[in-house]
Amino acid sequence: MKPSKKIFMIAGYNTISMGTGRKEFNPRKERPGLEHYISEAGQGTLRQIGGGEHVDEGVVGNFMASRFNKQAHLGAFLGMIDPSLRLKPATRVEGACASGGLALVTGIKSALAGSAEVVLALGVEVQNTVKAIYGADILAGAGWFQRRKEGHAYFFPGQFSDRAGVYFEKYGREKSRKAFARWYRNAVENARLCPTAQEFENKTADLEAIALTEPNPKSFTDHLNVFDCSKVSDGASAIAIVTEEGLNRCGLALKDAVEVVGIGHAADDLTALPSDPTRLDTVAHAVKIALESAGITASDLATVETHDCFTIAGILGVEAIGLAPQGKGADFVLEGHTARDGKIPFNTTGGLIGWGHPTGATGVHQAVTIWEQFTGKAGDAQIRIPADRPYGLTINMGGDDRTVVAIVYKKTV
Amino acid sequence: MEYSERLSNVSVLGAAGKMGSGILLLSALEVADQMLKPENKDKHFVVNAVDVTSSALPGLMKYIRTQVLKAAEKKTVQLRKLYAGRKDLIENSDIIGAYIEDVMGIIRPGTRIEATYDSTLIFEAVSENAGLKVRLFRQINENNPNKPWFFTNTSSVPIGGLDKEAGLEGRILGFHFYNPPAVQKLVELITIDSNSSGMKEFALQLAKNMRKVVVPSNDIAGFIGNGHFMRDALYGIDQATALTREMPLHEAIYTINRISQDFLMRPMGIFQLIDYVGVDVVRFIMNVMNPYMADENLHSPLLDQLFELGVKGGQYADGSQKDGFLKYEKGKPVAVYSPEKGDYIPVPDFAHSVDTWLGSLPESVLSWKNLVKAPDKEVLAAKAFSDLKALQAKGAVMAVQYARRSREIGMKLVSDGVAVKAEDVNTVLLTGFFHAYGPVNDFVV
Repeated sequence: MKPSKKIFMIAGYNTISMGTGRKEFNPRKERPGLEHYISEAGQGTLRQIGGGEHVDEGVVGNFMASRFNKQAHLGAFLGMIDPSLRLKPATRVEGACASGGLALVTGIKSALAGSAEVVLALGVEVQNTVKAIYGADILAGAGWFQRRKEGHAYFFPGQFSDRAGVYFEKYGREKSRKAFARWYRNAVENARLCPTAQEFENKTADLEAIALTEPNPKSFTDHLNVFDCSKVSDGASAIAIVTEEGLNRCGLALKDAVEVVGIGHAADDLTALPSDPTRLDTVAHAVKIALESAGITASDLATVETHDCFTIAGILGVEAIGLAPQGKGADFVLEGHTARDGKIPFNTTGGLIGWGHPTGATGVHQAVTIWEQFTGKAGDAQIRIPADRPYGLTINMGGDDRTVVAIVYKKTV
Repeated sequence: MEYSERLSNVSVLGAAGKMGSGILLLSALEVADQMLKPENKDKHFVVNAVDVTSSALPGLMKYIRTQVLKAAEKKTVQLRKLYAGRKDLIENSDIIGAYIEDVMGIIRPGTRIEATYDSTLIFEAVSENAGLKVRLFRQINENNPNKPWFFTNTSSVPIGGLDKEAGLEGRILGFHFYNPPAVQKLVELITIDSNSSGMKEFALQLAKNMRKVVVPSNDIAGFIGNGHFMRDALYGIDQATALTREMPLHEAIYTINRISQDFLMRPMGIFQLIDYVGVDVVRFIMNVMNPYMADENLHSPLLDQLFELGVKGGQYADGSQKDGFLKYEKGKPVAVYSPEKGDYIPVPDFAHSVDTWLGSLPESVLSWKNLVKAPDKEVLAAKAFSDLKALQAKGAVMAVQYARRSREIGMKLVSDGVAVKAEDVNTVLLTGFFHAYGPVNDFVV
């Protein structure tokens, strides 16, 4: 979808991605809940746009608060963020781990439809309420429940382990595992530059060595180890989606905004199995639409935030974008092209593996990272955006390549 | 009788005790593993949890349920496969719940010894009293038509004597867990000549399935673990007593506790370890062992004195430490018992002067916590002792002497034929006592 008028994103805000790895995290102690994260992220954005009175509408992306927190009806939490939001339209959207991306798309559509000039888009998930083994049950809801019984105890790691297994067979195990380890290292090294990242305080000296730990099928999956997986996270991210009129209303300059120039949103049949486990077809489809609608190709991108819920998903993402041919994504990563000093830096604040994966918040977090990078607000994680490639791409995936939101952004000045 | 049939009816005697509850847990988990095998689906399995203290049984069952839940959460990947045929169990939580019900369904808690009369295997973890053990074995053996196997958890009583006195015809062996059995990896296996080969093989298989490290010990009172610990403790007590020429006893106890912990890089000092096991239990074990000792006297008047004063150590039902030689707050020693004053003297009252007297630790002497997780702990320990040997400070000198004595005890266990080889002694101290290095080493030679 090509926007029929100018759409911008401004005023991004991320809470800390809380979970194992953060010093503040203690699983035995009572922790902040949904309300805390929603308030912090929402207020973080409102502060930058001159308050809630400038907002016309709100969208909350969330996957499974209904089970993690026994809480539904998240749209109606907006009024809690700030009294000025009470009685304004608010909607909660859900598309598994692409819920945050759906919040963005929903907000963009509302702005395009003329029903709002300023939309507060917020994503949230608080998952540390249960142990990982039960969290796996909850997250498995992103797949087709009729297949849960035959699935792995750690359902999604199992799904992507199967993909990794086929990838190993086709393209070589050793090279692929090395690429996974490099992906992990890049993720953590980037996260160390971002104070809100879950791996910000990670002190491991040899990241690639630890990431090469052999998978243990008895306690986890056949082809992935825990370093190949994003962690369990609590967190929220918020950003404002605005028209030109909205931008003026908030009193912000163009330089504080990033422009949305292309959108690809696709959902495939949840009951169908992937036709080729070594391809992310829905991602490829959504990215193609996003790039085409933006009128650019992958070679015009300065940076990408891709959905690396697992290292294999990161590698397959590189291929789905078209930056490397099938089977060569591993080489592309090993050659250093996705590192922060590479040809096209990926996941510059750590991505899902390094920054964290509060599922419903992830899509919004990706947008916030691109906004930070394109407005010079990324702090220590800042990368240089080449003048001839002023574009960024986010890919937010729900389930095993079932719902995908891909968005192309352009640097404004 | 094949492996799973032998496990079809198990009894744990003293099931509500510190050791018994862990043995019950491990037995129930292993029996459940057998029960859940497809080929055993029509067979019946029972684990009798027998304890004389009726009031302890509800707490025991609660403990077992909590532990089974933890075990299930750790092995859900395997459990999903085991329950693949149960279409009604879909989520991990369903499967974990079913597993807990299955394990708990096997266990029959009770106070009556008659429950053991149908058993094929009996774990014994009653108090360390040879007379009581013999009485129980004899009664069960006379009333049980299955010719059951007896696995005793005794840490000190010779197995051959129990066999003969209870008339078990070689159907008993020592299967000695370490505390707490659910966590500690070590099992000391004490067999006697009259054991059948099938019984020994079964014991090894069972230990393997329980994921234990087996160290064989010969049937000499105290075996390897207590053979080392009791002598090591006695040495520590004697050293403290000797020090009273220079300082009050409570300061001497503090001194030796520090030497045996901080200087020797052990998980806890010798007096804390005595408290952990129980002053009364340590005294009791020495009394059991002593008659068998030809050339030494395993006896401590200081332990007698504390025992008579009612200072016993050990643990409360919730696992927290009772006061003994030392007084504990949140598990940490904060004061030392003074038999003269009949009260505890706070550590800060004297720690500074004693620490100065001892002299400071060389930098190479790491905390046990840091040493035990180091990949090259042998090298680091060797370096620490080489630095300690070079020092003249009192603490360093006493530490080297302590380590030499510990080494001597280890080597004596081999020369006395208790342990087959020095490596076995080291394995016991490394796995059963969580030491970071074995006592039989070249560091202090």
